[in-house]
Amino acid sequence: MPAITLTINNELFSARKEQTILEIAREHGVDIPTLCHFEGLEAMGGCRLCLVELQGSPRPVPACITKAAEGMVVTTHSDKLIEYRKMLVELLLAERTHTCSICVQNNNCELQALAAKLGIDHVRFDYLHQQLPMDASRERFALDHNRCVLCLRCVRVCDAVEGAHTWDVRGRGSTSRVVADLDRPWGSSTSCTDCGKCVQLCPTGALYKKGATVGEMKKERSFLNRILERRRLAAQGRSL
Amino acid sequence: MSGDCCKHTELADDPRLKLVERAMKRLQYQPDALIEVLHTAQEAFGYLSRELLGHVAAQLKLPESQVFGVATFYHFFTLRPKGEHSCIVCTGTACYVKGAGEILGRLEQAAGIKAGQTTADGKLSLGTARCLGNCSLAPMLTVDDVVYGPETPDSAVEKLHGLLEVPHEQG
Repeated sequence: MPAITLTINNELFSARKEQTILEIAREHGVDIPTLCHFEGLEAMGGCRLCLVELQGSPRPVPACITKAAEGMVVTTHSDKLIEYRKMLVELLLAERTHTCSICVQNNNCELQALAAKLGIDHVRFDYLHQQLPMDASRERFALDHNRCVLCLRCVRVCDAVEGAHTWDVRGRGSTSRVVADLDRPWGSSTSCTDCGKCVQLCPTGALYKKGATVGEMKKERSFLNRILERRRLAAQGRSL
Repeated sequence: MSGDCCKHTELADDPRLKLVERAMKRLQYQPDALIEVLHTAQEAFGYLSRELLGHVAAQLKLPESQVFGVATFYHFFTLRPKGEHSCIVCTGTACYVKGAGEILGRLEQAAGIKAGQTTADGKLSLGTARCLGNCSLAPMLTVDDVVYGPETPDSAVEKLHGLLEVPHEQG
């Protein structure tokens, strides 16, 4: 693959032609904050936290989906970019109801860590306090829309890795919600395989494992029915 | 699939479904024909029920959530049956300046629903439109596709009451 040379924060780096600015920056220890990005999933440039400045470009571009080119001059941290990032995280905090103190994900939350790292100690926008519903109908997992940042990691991993495509997004703009199947309660979803990949990739406490304490003592025995059912079907198929 | 069929008996017996089936067949059940199929489905049924969306998803071999996402993304598609009567208030610039906001507010109050909703008894759907191209009648509205204007909040509410009191057949 052809090699190219580009400048990131006044330092020259060589890279492969197909690499994104984000990949190159991370390879060389330049820290660009991200939220929707997840290594291994298709990048979508949704959260805009990885915006960087390109010399000669009138507006900043998302580093996660912008391919590097020969002679590019990239700035990853400027006063303007830092201000934009703060504003973006503040808008995320204001849109849903992120109350860390009562959240299952407290101290293990990417949004919280991001806010702390950017030095966000207050939010300049009014909170919407939407009082969105929760969906705890699935046996092992639950979804709290109030903590969702619409990063769509769950949608992407469910589609591309698990192949179930249980999740997608309903509506548009600020009324968007993650939905299972035809906006059914997650517990009655017929496509969900219960694999938990979405829960593992969720950056906040929107998707979480139920029963952090006593509930975890519950035995998982549904496998038996699944296996017997499959055998029964296989036997049926043979007898046909 | 056999399990799905049992759930869909009511839908399967519906003659309107034939139109949708024909459209899907014509488009060779291609997943990327989804929007066109949804157009046909809405034209045939007036709205897109969950059952119908589920059927389309199964036929086009698309995830249900994706079909639902598309159906809710576009304002053209509606997931609820439309009311027997419709009242659309123009909120385009000219009508808005002339007081469409107040008219809409009064109509919402009178009907007990918000714009974009249908009354619980299915009698009336209240909607808004961005300019119906009749700015000289501002502020204007349409009742069952008949254009009226210029309106006042009082005259608009009066029309609404008239509409809901007169049985559909005679009206």
